[in-house]
Amino acid sequence: MTTSRGFRGRRRVDADPARVPPGQYVTSDFPVLSAGPTPHTPLADWTFTIRGEVDAPLSWTWDELRALPSETFTVDIHCVTKWSKLGTTWTGVSLDTLLDGVETSAEFVYAFCDGGYTTNLPLEDVTGGQAWIAYEYDGEPVEPQHGGPARLLVPHLYFWKSAKWVRGIELRNYDEPGFWERYGYHSYGDPWKEQRYAGD
Amino acid sequence: MERTAVRRRLNWQLATVAELIDETQRVRTIALDLPDWSGHRAGQHVDVRLTADDGYQAQRSYSIASAPEEHQLMLTVERLDDGEVSPYLVDELRVGDKLEMRGPIGGYFVWEAELGGPLQLIAGGSGVVPLRSMLRHRDAIGSTVPAKLLYSARSLPDLIYREEILRAEHGGVDVSLTLTQERPERWHGYARRIDRDLLAEVCWPPTKQPRVYVCGPTAFVETAASTLVALGHDPGRIRTERFGPSGS
Repeated sequence: MTTSRGFRGRRRVDADPARVPPGQYVTSDFPVLSAGPTPHTPLADWTFTIRGEVDAPLSWTWDELRALPSETFTVDIHCVTKWSKLGTTWTGVSLDTLLDGVETSAEFVYAFCDGGYTTNLPLEDVTGGQAWIAYEYDGEPVEPQHGGPARLLVPHLYFWKSAKWVRGIELRNYDEPGFWERYGYHSYGDPWKEQRYAGD
Repeated sequence: MERTAVRRRLNWQLATVAELIDETQRVRTIALDLPDWSGHRAGQHVDVRLTADDGYQAQRSYSIASAPEEHQLMLTVERLDDGEVSPYLVDELRVGDKLEMRGPIGGYFVWEAELGGPLQLIAGGSGVVPLRSMLRHRDAIGSTVPAKLLYSARSLPDLIYREEILRAEHGGVDVSLTLTQERPERWHGYARRIDRDLLAEVCWPPTKQPRVYVCGPTAFVETAASTLVALGHDPGRIRTERFGPSGS
């Protein structure tokens, strides 16, 4: 291993190292790293849709989504740009709730969003209590810069998979790379295996 | 431009510091020699990894400041007061030291002349770094794509690449500068944070359908991008690269 002459670093003493994936540093800030301007969709026009390999597409208006059973939960989040934020609290509807009763042969999902952002995930990574449509962060509505009114939240993967401004998921039998995946980022994105870029 | 072909893995490699250039009081450019560099596109960045004696490691990303056509890879780093890596790179690193890095990374915030223009570059502080790579590329290949640069800095001493930016006017780049905190006497540029009037005055109008690249602290980028959209620019033609705390 190469050492960097004269580098001491700053080990953070208040963060449990077991919660920090390789190559990450802990921040108490909440950086914004979008690739383009922030979209703003009026709530009256907002819908969330599940389409693709289903008998019929399902859609919820904002009011209908907010009427569904929701959860408030605290998770650690890890951005591919190296920052990790521990103990973030969100409120949202579990994908399990939205997919309840949906029969599909699909193995993959493709999330699509206002502004054109997309990302791909295996279906098994957004079920079983691993993913939500989150509309509150720290007890307040998610800010537009952070993906409000609602974003996908999949904390066990790098945070680019937690698609901001999400408007729906398409269930598919095939895996197609989404936005960042097409631009060189890893198709799966497990922070514990440091799967940042294609080939990692 | 999308690249869907299989890429080789981005391996960590050991670069040697060939030259150090102080740009401003807190900004330094690091010129590197690399054994096996595959080249890059203007706007991309690299990951740098430092290792302490006890094996502790820290990684950060830095934009590439040099054009793809240049023989040496250059990074420009700003010292953050509470930074862990940047103070080492700006104050401690010496010529001859080794620096572990991998790249190039990022396929979206890139520009090459074939993409055309007109080109609108908007920089806040050290956000000018990847945009300089684009301007140097444009210059290196003799491109005639019309280009405008709007650069916001705190003061003249804080203007990174000052001589080069001021010369860029002669290279056919329309340069607008705004200094937000301190101005020299007889300053002819702007003297405030970017706002709607300023952007409307100095940027290509929406009818020209420019390719827009905005880079800087996230609040700066948010203001620039949302204001350009409000002025009628197509959001799909605005690419942003943000860094730093969100303030929230």
